[in-house]
Order: sequence, then C-alpha cells, then structure tokens
Amino acid sequence: MQPWMKRAAFLGLLGGFGALHVSLVGMVGTFQARDFISGIVTVGSVLPMLIAILVGWRAGILQRDTDVAPTPSRALASGAVAGAVVGLVLALLCVIILNVDVDWIFVNARPQLAEILLFGQGIGVGSIILIVGGALLGAAGAALNVVSGPVARTVTIAAIVTLLVSLMEPFLGAVFRNLSLNVVDDFLYDRGGLTPIGFVLVYALVAAGVYAWATRGDRARARVEAMPPDRQRNLKLGAYGVIVVLLLLLPLIVGQRLSEVVGTVGIYVLLGLGLNIVVGFAGLLDLGYVAFYAVGAYVTAVLTSPASPAFSPELPFWGALPFVIVAAAMVGLFVGAPVLRLRGDYLAIVTLGFGEIAREIFKSQWAQPVTGGAQGILSIPPPLPFDRDPQSIYYPILFFCILAAIGASSLAASRVGRAWNAMREDESVAEATGVNTTYYKLLAFGLGAAFGCVSGALFAAKIGVIFADSFNILVSINALALIILGGMGNIFGVVLGALVLVGLPEFLREFAEYRLLIYGAVLVIMMILRPEGLLPSRVRRAELHEDEGEDDAQYAAEAGEETGKPVVTT
Amino acid sequence: MPARRPIRIDAIKLILWTVGGGLILLALIGAVLTLGQGRISPSSWQNLVVAGIALGSVYALIALGYTLVYGILFMINFAHGEVFMWGAFSSWFMAAGLNEVGFMDSNPVFAFVLVLATAMLISMLVAVLLERIAYRPLRNAPRLVPLITAIGASLFLQYTARGFFGSGVRAFPGYNLFEGVIDLGFFRIDIDDMVVILAAIGLMLALYFFINQTRTGRAMRAVSEDKDVAAMMGINVDRIIVTTFAIGGLLAGSAAILYTLIFNQVHFFMGFLPGIKAFTAAVLGGIGNIIGAAIGGLILGILEQVGPNLFLTGYNIPSPNQLQDVIAFSVLVLVLIFRPSGLLGRKENV
Repeated sequence: MQPWMKRAAFLGLLGGFGALHVSLVGMVGTFQARDFISGIVTVGSVLPMLIAILVGWRAGILQRDTDVAPTPSRALASGAVAGAVVGLVLALLCVIILNVDVDWIFVNARPQLAEILLFGQGIGVGSIILIVGGALLGAAGAALNVVSGPVARTVTIAAIVTLLVSLMEPFLGAVFRNLSLNVVDDFLYDRGGLTPIGFVLVYALVAAGVYAWATRGDRARARVEAMPPDRQRNLKLGAYGVIVVLLLLLPLIVGQRLSEVVGTVGIYVLLGLGLNIVVGFAGLLDLGYVAFYAVGAYVTAVLTSPASPAFSPELPFWGALPFVIVAAAMVGLFVGAPVLRLRGDYLAIVTLGFGEIAREIFKSQWAQPVTGGAQGILSIPPPLPFDRDPQSIYYPILFFCILAAIGASSLAASRVGRAWNAMREDESVAEATGVNTTYYKLLAFGLGAAFGCVSGALFAAKIGVIFADSFNILVSINALALIILGGMGNIFGVVLGALVLVGLPEFLREFAEYRLLIYGAVLVIMMILRPEGLLPSRVRRAELHEDEGEDDAQYAAEAGEETGKPVVTT
Repeated sequence: MPARRPIRIDAIKLILWTVGGGLILLALIGAVLTLGQGRISPSSWQNLVVAGIALGSVYALIALGYTLVYGILFMINFAHGEVFMWGAFSSWFMAAGLNEVGFMDSNPVFAFVLVLATAMLISMLVAVLLERIAYRPLRNAPRLVPLITAIGASLFLQYTARGFFGSGVRAFPGYNLFEGVIDLGFFRIDIDDMVVILAAIGLMLALYFFINQTRTGRAMRAVSEDKDVAAMMGINVDRIIVTTFAIGGLLAGSAAILYTLIFNQVHFFMGFLPGIKAFTAAVLGGIGNIIGAAIGGLILGILEQVGPNLFLTGYNIPSPNQLQDVIAFSVLVLVLIFRPSGLLGRKENV
C-alpha cells in the first residue's frame, strides 16, 4: 500500500473512532430529534458526516515528504479513502449492534442507533450508503484544499453559519415570533430546522457576504484606516453606540422566555470578566472561583431575605451590595494570601480545594443556622425597582456587565495591567524590575473576587432561592471554559465565550445534555490548536506563540526556555 | 564571612502562620475536648483507624500516579482520577458478566484476578491514550496550557463514561471470597479491608523495586533528573514518558478495584474526589517522591476517617462527618503553608 493511502486510512480510522464516540455517547440519537433541513436530513446524521468531511479535508493536505507529488486528484483520492474508512467503521458498529447484545455496556448501542446511522435502510444497502457517502464527503472535504483560498473559506464558513442558524431555531424562531414576524419564521423554519428554501437562502446570503469580505475586505479596511483619526474614533464610538442601543432593546426583541437565557449569559459574562482578571491578566489559574460566587450569593441572601434563618435585616438588594463587596474583598484576601507563594498548578488545586471547602461548609448542618444548610435560603427579593421578571432583571445585570467591562479594559490598559502582564510572563523578572508581586497578586484576587461576588449577588436576586449545591466546581469550570474559548485577556472574547458555552446549551435542550462533554473537548482542542482563544488579545497571542516569534525576537529569546521546574517561589 | 541579612518581617507570612497555627491549635483543643467527653468508644476509634488505613492505601496508589508523572513532566495530570474511574467502570462489566455466567461463584479467585486485570488494562490504556493525544503535543507549551488541557480531558473522560455507560450508580457484585471478619479479640478487621491494605503494600513494594532495580526504572529516574541529558545518553524519552503513564494507569486500575472492594459501587463521577484527595496525599508526602506518596496517602486516609470525629465532636458540631472533605482540603492548605515541599520532598524541588 502506498504511504498516502496508509496515512489516509489511518486518519479515517481516527475519524471513525470520533464517529463511534459521538454515536455511543448518545449525541447522534439525541440530535436525531432535530432537523437540520426539515424533511431531508437531521442534525443527528450531520454529526458523522461532519467528521467524514473533516478527516477528508485533513487527509487532503498531502505531505510533501511522501513519495508522491501532491496532485489535486491524489488529494481527492486521499480524502475519499479517509471518508470511506469512517463510513466503514460506522457500518461495522451497525453490524455489531444488530447482531450482538451490547446495550448492557453501551447504553446507547440500541437498534435505533443503527437505524439512524443506516438512514433507515437494511444493513446491506445502509452499509453501502455509509461507505460510498463517506467517500464522497471525504472527497468533498479534500476538495477544500484544491480550490482557491477565498472559495474554500466561503464554502466552509457559510456551511458552519447555516448549521448554526439551523441549530438556533428555538432562539431565532422565538425572536421572529416575538417581533410578530411569523412570516419569516414560517418561511425559514419548519419542525425545528431550516426549510429547504430557507437553507438555500441562508447559505447563499452568508456565502455572498463572506466572499465579498474575502475578496474586498482589505480595501474596506484600508479605507477606514485612511480616514483621519477623529473620524475613525467617531466611527468606533458610533459602533459602540449601536451595540449599546441593541443591548438595551434586547429583552424586548427576544421576548420573555429568552430574556431569562440572556440574563444567565450576562451573569456568566460577569463571572468570566472577573476570572479573566485573575487568570487572563495576572496568570493565576483559579479553579475555586465558585467560592466568590457563592459568598456573594449567600451574603446577599442572608442580608436581604426575610426567610434567612439566623438574622434577617431584610436590607434591599442595593443596601446589601456594599457588604457583598466588602465580603468579597475579604474572601479574596483570605484565599489569596495562602496561595501567594504558589505557582501555576499548585495554585489551581489549592483554589479548587477552597471552592469545595466553601460549598461543603455552606451545605453542612453546622452552618445551617446561617446558611440554611441543605435547605438553602428562600425568597430573596429582586433588586428594586426591577422585579424578577426576566425582561426586567436583565437591566441590572447589563449595568454591571458594562461597568465590569469598562473597568476591566481600563485596568488592562493601566499601569496595573502592565504589572500583571509582566508578572504573568516571568515572575522573577517582574520582581527584579520593581513590580511588587505580592501586592499585584492580592489585587488580582481581590478584584476578581469582587466581580465574582457581584455576579453571585445578581444570581441570588435573579433566581430568588439558593442552595449550596448550585455552587459546585462546574461553575468554575464553566467560567474557565468560556474565557478560554473566547480568548483569555480579551473582553469581547469573554462575551463570545459566554454566548456560545452558556447561551447555546440554555436554549438547546439537546446541547444541555452534552454540555460538559463539549466543554472538555473545547478545552483540550483549544489548548492544542489555538491556545489564545477565538478572539485573542494581541499580547496573549504573542506570548503563546513566542517560539514562532517574528513579533519580538529578543523577547522570545528571553522567555522561550521556561523549563517549568520551579513550583513555589520564595 | 557571610553578609548579615537584614531582618524583614514578612506580613503575609506572619498572617499565614497565625491562621495555620490557629487552625492546628483549634484541632488540638477539639481533640482534647473530644477525648475528655469519651463519647466514642475505643473500638470505634480502632474501626475508624482501620478504615482510614484501607482508604489511605487506595489514595496512596492513586497518588503514585500523580507523583510519577509529576516527577517526569512537572505537570499535574488532573485527569488521573478519571483514569481510575475508567478502570473501575470497565471492571464492573467484567465482574457483572462473570457473575451472570456463574463464574464468580465457581471460581472466585480466578474471577477476581480477571476483574483486576481488566481494570488495570483499561486504566493503563486510558492513561497512555491521554498522554499520546492530549499531553504530548503540548510538551513544551507554557505551564498553564497542559494543566487546562488536563482539566478538559478530565471532563471529557467523565462525560464520555456518562454517555457510554449511563449516569446511574451501578452496584458491584460482591465477592464472597472476601466476606467476613478476622477477630483476634483485641483487634478486628474486615477481610476486604485487609485485602485492600495488603494488596496496596504489595503493589507499592513492586513499584519501588521496579524504579530502583530495573533498567527502565533507572531510565525513568534519569529522565526525571534531566530530560535533555537523558536523551543524550540514549534514553528514548518519549518511551519512558509513556511507560510512566502506563505504570500510573496500572496502579490507578488496581486502586479502582480496591476502592470498589470498600465502597461496592461505580459511578461516572467517582474519580473526582479520590483524584483530588490523592493529589493532596502526593503533595503532603512531597510530590515527586514515591515513598512520600505512600505515607501521604495513609496519613490523609486516617485523618479523613478519624479527623472529623476527633477534632470536631468536642465542639459539639452536628454531624461532623459531613465535613470530611473540608478536613482533607484543609490539610492540603496547611501543608502548602508550612511545608510546601511536603513531608519528604527535596528542597530543590521547591
């Protein structure tokens, strides 16, 4: 067998394992309930198809060091082989499912799964469809390498966006109905997916847009850059103004049910912005961030709720807020002080320990007189004059998000931000150049804690009841995943990350089931392929690609050889 | 003549020592109060200690995985708890299958060996795949990157198990081989607890021998001293790293079986807490140090079982055992305040 074929088959095998994974984990079955293009193809069957395309694309990138010249036809053949192997693996899975009783081990390996994978055909015809279809999709993926760059980009991005538009039916459909645009809803969507006409339309529109940007985008950018500085600033301000107006109108646009989701996203944006200070700016990986969130929620609950067990001053939300912030600063220092001398991974585990300690204590019978123990605290009042209606509570959340975003971005640009940068890069050097690392670490913890506590306070006021178990490690992981997906150190990145990782699962029931699985995959894949996140900050990207360093050769030489040996600084 | 160093009062250190000392003092007073009350009988203390040693041996076996990997790669393999969980889960299927066909009753010893082998094999496989897929591409990345990857891998493995095998708790079929109690009059011990302790000791001795006496063990020590020099000496560093992960996985798999002997059930989330506690044990003993991991595991296990009753009952705190995990984590924090290099850690690792 020729080397390129071997490689293609190997990639296909890897893809096959991926396809096995999404099938056995139950994603294929769950997503079967949702149409991608109504009446034609479901999201469930799109998943393995995507994998076939992906491995086809990868296999289509021919290595120069193999014995053959990378010709287009060979690339296509390579992709086809890889795709066919994916199909073959799935066909084998179906054969096993239909003939051996394995569902006592793999709970999803039921005949229904085989039926979905085989497109409702018998095993013979279905297998042929799988293998041939896989080959075709793989070749299509490989073709992306053959056509020109802008075209490939257009096709890919349009396909991704169309898939997202289809997935977001519960969201966009509700928005259209809320705005009484039922016509649009009926035209685009049917039974939870795009209609065939809607599909073609969305695809064509997005493709046209992307193609125009890919071919003419540089010119547009050059025109903006050629403008005088004050006009550039006006343009920027105008853009921000439009965003703010949109944000203010958002609850009215999306309607009541989705405002709830938007509020949750907002709370996570706030959490993300806070954690971003600690992790993104100061480089201290805090896995116990939930402790701050919990303290904020509990302080608010105890001070405002008439049902608080120990004492209930029944302050209004805004009266409790100063106490929340004071408590936050104190907890921040309390957590920050012991971990000051620790670096990197130790810090992560110790803070994780703190998070668990906080939850266990809040939950224990010992603390019941104050925190209500496992029963939690009920009837927490909303922040007046706003009430608990999702469309109303949205505004205080938005207010704090904007405040936090402005605060965080001005911090990043200030002397403090530069000190954090220096510290994250190399602590000893920072110290040698006169940065008081103790002070700046504690500052990061304190500020991060303040953001987290306010976020917790809003959570308590929004939900109205709190239980210790809402404050588990998953909140910390959630916040971490969203800043990593979006891009550490970047505020827009945090918003994007929260939208994708918190918003999507909130209104997609099917996603919610696999939320943490997807988080895990996101963390691993992002770290391997794009550690700076989707919307990276400039500094961060330079840091993470320092060995490729055209940006600053000297800087790269200085920081490039971290062995990672020291654990604790003295 | 050494220059005289100016005396500097480090405020942070002062606060830390006050807080830490205060905690220890509180614990001591609590212990005295508890013992003064005499509410807990000597035999129940003894039971707690035995349970602590059994649990501690399991922690020690998991902790060895952390310590071995840390010694070589200087990274915390956060997903090690999941390696343990996968071993336990896979062995459940073996055990349930053998039970179904009646093999468990007809041939109990062989059945146990089969179950154990399954767990060790699968854990090893998961650990090796983890290294190959998630960690190897990041070998030279900045420190936080592999740690975040490990957290992601941990979630991924956890929820893959949930998706594959379902979210319910599965009860392990009991081995009637290990039922019963050994009673020496002054000392009673459940046979399964004893099996756990003896097996753990045996495995640790085997590991100690392996590291110190075999060629591969020597290569592992060399790689942990200095990867580059080891490579120059003709050691295949990649292969040694894979071997390390494999050994960690084998130990985690055996720990999983011992754990199911104690708790008799498997669940997709079962790896999280033992994982963190084993890490605590590794830190307590001095990370990178094999004997330290064993001692740290034992201390942590005993503290966790005895601690809540000993330190907290005296203060009349209701249901102290709810605060078990708090004690374990407090130990971690205290160790890092007072002796960050752990009990047996070398200073230069700090």
